[in-house]
Amino acid sequence: MIQMKQVYKKYSNGIMAANGFDVNIQQGEFVYVVGPSGAGKTTFIKMMYREEKPTKGTILINDVDIATLKAKRVPYLRRNIGVVFQDFKLLNQLTVYENIAFALEVIEEHPKTIKKRAMEVLDLVGLKHKARMMPDELSGGEQQRISIARSIANQPKIMIADEPTGNLDPETSWEIMNLFEEINARGTTIIMATHNREIVNTIRHRVIAIENGLIVRDEQRGEYGYEG
Amino acid sequence: MVMKARTISRHFRESFKSLIRNGWMTFASVSAVTVTLLLVGVFTALMLNMNKAATDIENDVEMNVYIEIEADEVSVSALEDQITDLSGVESVTYSSKEEELSSLIDSFGDEMALFEQNNPLRDKFIVKATDPRQTERLASQITTIENIAAVEYGEDKIDQLFETLEVSRNVGAVLIFGLLFTAMFLISNTIKITIVARRREIEIMKLVGASNWFVRFPFLLEGIWLGIIGAILPIAVVSVLYYNVYEFMEPRLENSFIQILEFTPFIYQINALILLMGVVIGMWGSFMSVRKFLKV
Ligand SMILES: Nc1ncnc2c1ncn2[C@@H]1O[C@H](COP(=O)(O)OP(=O)(O)O)[C@@H](O)[C@H]1O
Ligand SMILES: [Mg+2]
Repeated sequence: MIQMKQVYKKYSNGIMAANGFDVNIQQGEFVYVVGPSGAGKTTFIKMMYREEKPTKGTILINDVDIATLKAKRVPYLRRNIGVVFQDFKLLNQLTVYENIAFALEVIEEHPKTIKKRAMEVLDLVGLKHKARMMPDELSGGEQQRISIARSIANQPKIMIADEPTGNLDPETSWEIMNLFEEINARGTTIIMATHNREIVNTIRHRVIAIENGLIVRDEQRGEYGYEG
Repeated sequence: MVMKARTISRHFRESFKSLIRNGWMTFASVSAVTVTLLLVGVFTALMLNMNKAATDIENDVEMNVYIEIEADEVSVSALEDQITDLSGVESVTYSSKEEELSSLIDSFGDEMALFEQNNPLRDKFIVKATDPRQTERLASQITTIENIAAVEYGEDKIDQLFETLEVSRNVGAVLIFGLLFTAMFLISNTIKITIVARRREIEIMKLVGASNWFVRFPFLLEGIWLGIIGAILPIAVVSVLYYNVYEFMEPRLENSFIQILEFTPFIYQINALILLMGVVIGMWGSFMSVRKFLKV
């Protein structure tokens, strides 16, 4: 369902962050993206939801080439992809519930659907009882759970996470991973860039290792493979 | 771009919130629009009335075509036909020197009566051109006809009037252009502040797939509100001002061929113009910021 063919990315400063990615990801897979800092993991991920446009190559998502997708079609692509970040990206002036409702409002969902889905996903991440609290009243792990809830509120087929546990302590990271496992078990494809070797080596999934903008390793049930 | 009612109401809400949140910038932009539109309004009202006056005067341009003293009755009527047949002539009226004198006596009194013995005036035709701008051409054509002594009309006065009108129009246009630009710049800055203040919201909206128009719309609306709010005072001032000027001038111009533009529909037209310009500069100002700072 996700297919990259000879994808190159050259940033305006001349840096080549992708030197010909070739990859195939099936529906329902869980993929770790690992590699040293500056290797091109974030670039790899950003091109999948058209935050960055490849300089060359094809990226097919459900047979649509998103590399050449018209700018005005990009929002509709993103409605099928949930994105989670290291820094959560929550709106601090809105309550937990409002943060999730916001994401559905701006894609013009029906108010009834918004209410139903927001409560559902809050329940899924186990924070229904904190719906009326403000994000800064919550712990980092809870905030990340809110952002995950937001990313799946529109029931996307694909979830993309860029170092989602990067700001969390080990114990909280495991909680977040359990959540990802649950979401993946429901059929959602997950692509997650991470530096967390313990997680990668414990919850085994496919591992794609990137170095200097190239995929240097692609193994089913792989290992983290880097020191530290 | 079909929008759902709740989406529209959301955009309205967001744009109003921004107006209030931006406080001073809103005030500054609205003031700039107000000053601009006030000047635009007053100036336009003035210009349109001057144009009207010029047309009134222009339409009243008559040529006095004097007939040689030697010409007899037959050649006078032949002359009249000849002039009437020229292309672009609207009317030709014969006025004998006796008629001329009696109208002088009517307007200036009996002192003029002493000219009755020895009338110094001349027989003439009063000629009007269909298109007043053709007056000059007609005049030179008529001069060449036999038995015509002279052709006179107020050429200098007309040229002067049009020149004055032209100059003031240009000066006004430059002034207004500068003001419009300033107002637009201020609006565009206000919108930029809104965009910057809400960049996190915008980022998330784009991330979860809000359509480009959904992201842009509240900012365009905010610009339009700035324009419309800025138009309120100018509309009020221009209306009251023109009402008073009209009430003052209208009776005084009753017997003149120059007329001030009727209060209605003129006031509706000029107010519509003010409002439209408010909307346009508001929209344009925000459009510039939206294009520059909102990469959607
Ligand atoms: N927006 C950008 N403009 C210019 N260079 C960039 C940009 N984003 C990333 N880079 C560069 O591209 C390379 C890959 O970066 P990134 O994809 O963020 O790597 P990773 O996520 O693996 O740390 C780095 O050298 C980085 O400096
Ligand atoms: Mg990165």
